[in-house]
Amino acid sequence: MSELAVDPYDITAKSNGLRRRRIVEKVFGVLAIGSAVLACAILFVVLGTLVYKGFSALSIDFLTKPRPLYGEKGGIADALIGSALIVGMAMLIAIPISVLVAIYMSEYAGPKVARALKIVLDVLNGVPAIVVGIFVFGVLVVGRGQSAVYGAFALAILMLPMVARATQEILEIVPRSLRDASFALGVTKWRTTWSIVLPAAIGGILTGVVIAVARVAGETAPLLFTTSIAANQISLDVHGALPTLPVLIFVNSESPDPGEQSAAWAAALVLIGFVLVMNILAKVFAGRKRRQLEGS
Amino acid sequence: MTSTTYENAAAPETDLRRRGIRVGDLLFKGIAIAAALAATILLGWIAFKVFDLAWPAIQDYGLSFIWTEAWDPVTQQFGALIFIYGTVVTSLIALVLATPLSIAIALFLTEIAPRRLAAPIATIVELLAAIPSVVLGLWGILVFGPWVTQHLDPWIQNTPLGLLPVFSGTPSAGGSIFTAALVLTIMIIPITSAICRELFIRVPKDLTDGALALGSTRWEAIRGVMFAYAAPGIAAAVLLGLGRAFGEAIAVNQTIGNHNAIPSSWFEAGDSLGSKVASEYVGATSLQQASSILYLAAILMVISLATNVVAQIIVVRFERARRAV
Repeated sequence: MSELAVDPYDITAKSNGLRRRRIVEKVFGVLAIGSAVLACAILFVVLGTLVYKGFSALSIDFLTKPRPLYGEKGGIADALIGSALIVGMAMLIAIPISVLVAIYMSEYAGPKVARALKIVLDVLNGVPAIVVGIFVFGVLVVGRGQSAVYGAFALAILMLPMVARATQEILEIVPRSLRDASFALGVTKWRTTWSIVLPAAIGGILTGVVIAVARVAGETAPLLFTTSIAANQISLDVHGALPTLPVLIFVNSESPDPGEQSAAWAAALVLIGFVLVMNILAKVFAGRKRRQLEGS
Repeated sequence: MTSTTYENAAAPETDLRRRGIRVGDLLFKGIAIAAALAATILLGWIAFKVFDLAWPAIQDYGLSFIWTEAWDPVTQQFGALIFIYGTVVTSLIALVLATPLSIAIALFLTEIAPRRLAAPIATIVELLAAIPSVVLGLWGILVFGPWVTQHLDPWIQNTPLGLLPVFSGTPSAGGSIFTAALVLTIMIIPITSAICRELFIRVPKDLTDGALALGSTRWEAIRGVMFAYAAPGIAAAVLLGLGRAFGEAIAVNQTIGNHNAIPSSWFEAGDSLGSKVASEYVGATSLQQASSILYLAAILMVISLATNVVAQIIVVRFERARRAV
């Protein structure tokens, strides 16, 4: 029995690897905490830099005047209006279609078709934004020229899978009993969907919409091919190309002129302020609505 | 007789009403089906149209375009290898850096952090995903890039890693493969860690508790039980992050340096597929150049679609296996 130095069933014996195992455990803990701290630090460094570099250039004039032509002082009003119009049009196109797709998936389609559609939407979500830009360029811009409407189409394609998936997921947690109660009263299916299911899910749908809007508001790549060559003036003509915030930041970021760079920082601060407010609103709203639904 | 007349008079009304109801239902269902069909057709149409646009170039250059290392508008020499190299190398560096970090963040949020701390930190990591790529690129080109070239690159060159040829050479001031890779890392960490967190939350508590009861440390329970349980999901999460990195055009364009050659060192400038397509938006100088750009876009689409489809297949299999359990 001399070959057995340690009795494997003796729990009081000191395990050889215990010290090593404790060290590995400690290292793991430190690395995990470190990673989380690093991720938070990156966010704060980026936001801090934006505030530090952009805040001084922010003013009422900056937000209400169009971009300068030759050395004058100016702002980003033209790009703000352009972005608002394009994102607004994209919402008008994308939201109805997305909600209908989600309704089909959760109310009508069988499980197999619904799963297939889920994959289609997820793959569509994975199509690079720049490829969507090239697609819209090839289908609409070639032969017609750039236009804000085409930019809105490109953004709508990016919004579609995001809003549809968010809506479908929230429709699925609307309790079966709500629908059954409505059917039992003799209400038709489409009426039930329209007046019972959708209102119950409206919070979740809005959350999905808000997050999608926040994401496409900062998209640059699809706009480059559809609405990037525009004059620096305030315009409401959506049939022509309009200046937008992301394209302005993109072009100015690669400019050697410090004045244009500082305009890019301030514009980025405005953009990220919008994006963060939208995200935080969505978060607060989603938490409350989901608890209500799951509680019922 | 009177009763029949009564019935006859009433019948059309109910019939009409019933049909009206049916028409409403059918119409609504029809619209919903049409929307779902439109989304499916859209995906196919995008794939078809991008190939259609690239077709003249594909016919002109053939498949050898893919491994041709040239981009010269003057001599009309075009190839994709420079940009494929840039896309693949930046994305793979980002993958190697982001995967362990993302998993560690997800483990911190699910296993280590107290609940009160986990929720706000999870929100912060999610907000990192909300930063528009053009804003991250702005920070990358004007602040982060110069810091990387002046401090991080020389520091790496002083470690044993500096002996590797890819870490040699003079760091390029106007952006580099490595800077772009780091920016991509920041972009994919929130995506991968959010999915990993969901996966780890759904690992049955009994399994990890069992491992802990057998005397394993927390890390051993994570490595032996959670990773084993969630491995396919983690693979899918990593692939989704990779797909995002492949497709990113703007932030890479701002930070990679836009140089039409394969650099010998990662600290030098290069270019990627998406970035090259993005920088030519103002218009190419010749028809060949324009169609070559579209060829690049088609290659990019194939790479990122393939990555995404593989990720989806893994997810579907994983879910089917879990439903079976």
